[in-house]
Amino acid sequence: MRRLVPLTGIAAFVAVWHVVVALSPGTLVPAPVEAGRALVELAEKGLLVRYVVASLFRVTWGYLAALFVAIPLGVLLGLWRRGERAFNPILQLLRPISPLAWIPMAILWFGVGDLSAMFLIFLASLLPLVTSTIHAVHGIEAQHLAAGRNFGLTHEELVRSVVLPAILPQLIVGMRLTLGIAWLVVVAAEMIAVNSGLGFLIVDARNAGNRYDLVVAGMILIGVIGVGLDLLMRQLERLPSLRWGYATG
Amino acid sequence: MKVEFRNISMTYGTNLVLDDISLSVAEGEFVCLLGPSGCGKSTLLNIAGGFVKPERGEVRIGDEPVTGPDPRRIFVFQERGVFPWLTVEQNIAFGLFRQTEAERRSRVAHYVSLVGLRGFEKAYPRELSGGMKQRLEVARALAVDPDVLYLDEPFGALDSITRLQMRRELLRIWQAEKKTILFVTHDIDESVQLADRVVVLSARPGRLRRIVDIDVPHPRDFSDPRYIALRDEIFCEIGLAHQV
Repeated sequence: MRRLVPLTGIAAFVAVWHVVVALSPGTLVPAPVEAGRALVELAEKGLLVRYVVASLFRVTWGYLAALFVAIPLGVLLGLWRRGERAFNPILQLLRPISPLAWIPMAILWFGVGDLSAMFLIFLASLLPLVTSTIHAVHGIEAQHLAAGRNFGLTHEELVRSVVLPAILPQLIVGMRLTLGIAWLVVVAAEMIAVNSGLGFLIVDARNAGNRYDLVVAGMILIGVIGVGLDLLMRQLERLPSLRWGYATG
Repeated sequence: MKVEFRNISMTYGTNLVLDDISLSVAEGEFVCLLGPSGCGKSTLLNIAGGFVKPERGEVRIGDEPVTGPDPRRIFVFQERGVFPWLTVEQNIAFGLFRQTEAERRSRVAHYVSLVGLRGFEKAYPRELSGGMKQRLEVARALAVDPDVLYLDEPFGALDSITRLQMRRELLRIWQAEKKTILFVTHDIDESVQLADRVVVLSARPGRLRRIVDIDVPHPRDFSDPRYIALRDEIFCEIGLAHQV
C-alpha cells in the first residue's frame, strides 16, 4: 500500500493536466492521451529505443570519461593540500560557467556531432565529481590514515586500501548526483546538430511542424529514464561494505 | 623492546606543550602516562609513534631512533580506529598483507579468539558494540606482532562497566603476549589498575612530575590498602583532595 502513495501524486498530476487541457480549447499543449499516443508512435517507428540508446550512449561515455579524470584528480588534490590550494581558484572560476557556455568551444574542437555532445557531458560531470571527491578525501578519519601508515603501507597501498574504500560511500552519492546533472545536460548537448537522441527529438519535433505531443513524449522519457538511472545508482549504496557510510546503517 | 624518551620538548605556536621529558620504559613493561587534558600526554605518545616530530630530543626504541610510523610499534586509537568497510577478520588481517595466505589465516584465527570475537569473523564494525570494536582494534594491532603497543585513551568512549572489563582483558592479553605497553589516560584509577609504573605529567607545559611504582600484584584488589594508598598518593600529587 505504501508503495502506491507516490503513484497517487503522479495520477493526480495527470488528471489535472487532462482537465486543464480539456477546459482550454485551441491550446497547443497536448493532452496526456496524445502524449501517450506519441510514445506509441515513436515505439512503432523504432525511434523510441534508438533515441533512448543514443542519449544513454553519449551520457555513458561523457560521464565515464569524467569519472576517469575526476577521481584520480580529486584524490590527489584531496591528499595534497598545497596542490589543492593552487588548483582551487581554477575550480571556483569554472564552476559558475554553465556547460552550455562551452557549446561554441565544443564545436570548434570536436565539430558538430557525437563527440561534442559527449564533451559537454564530460565537462558538466567533471567539476562536481572533482569537488565531491576532494570533499570525501578531506572527510576521511585521520585515525584511518594514521593506522594505514602505521602498518607500513606505501603511498599507493594507502590510496588503494584506505583512501578509496574510505571515500567510496560519499563518492557514490556524488556520482549519483552528477549522473543526474549529466542526464540534465544531454538534452542541450543534443541540440547541437546531432540527429538522434531525446534532446534531438524535442528540438526536431518542434521544428518539424510543432509536434508538441512528441515534445512532451520526449520530456516524459527523459524524466522516466532519469529516475531509472537514479534508482540504479541507489542500489550501489546497499552494498554491505558501503553501508557504514550512510546514516541509516 | 625498550623505549627511551630523551629530553623531548615540543611547542605548538608559542605554547610550550612538553618540557624536557626524559623517560625510560623497560621491555615488557606496562607504563601509564597520566595527566589532565591538554598536558601533552597524547602528543608525547604521537611522538613515540612517529606521527609527530619533537622539536627537541628524540625517542629511541631498542637501538634505533624513531623517524616515522613503523609496524613494529602499533598505535591503538579509540574504537573509531577500526576500518568500517572491512569485516572483523579483514580488519585483523589488514597489517598482514606481506604474509602468506596460510600464515594470515592462522594469525587471524588466533587473534579472533584471543580477543573473544569468535562467531563475529564476518561481521562489520557497525554490528559490534563499542567494547568489541575496541578489542578488534587491539587484535588488529597484535596480529602484526609489534614490539610495542601505544594506547591513546583507548577506553575513553566506553561505559564504565565495559571499561572495567576491557582493562581486565587488556591485562590478560598483555600477560599472554608480553608486549611493552604505553597507555595514555586521564583516569587515575585506570592507571593504578593497569600499570607497573604511572608517569604523572603536569598541565601546560607537560612536565614529568613524578613516577609512581605500582607494586601491587595482579589481579589487583581495589580494596587492598596498598592500592588505595597509591591511588591517594597520585590524587594528592595531581592536587586533588579525595573528596567530592
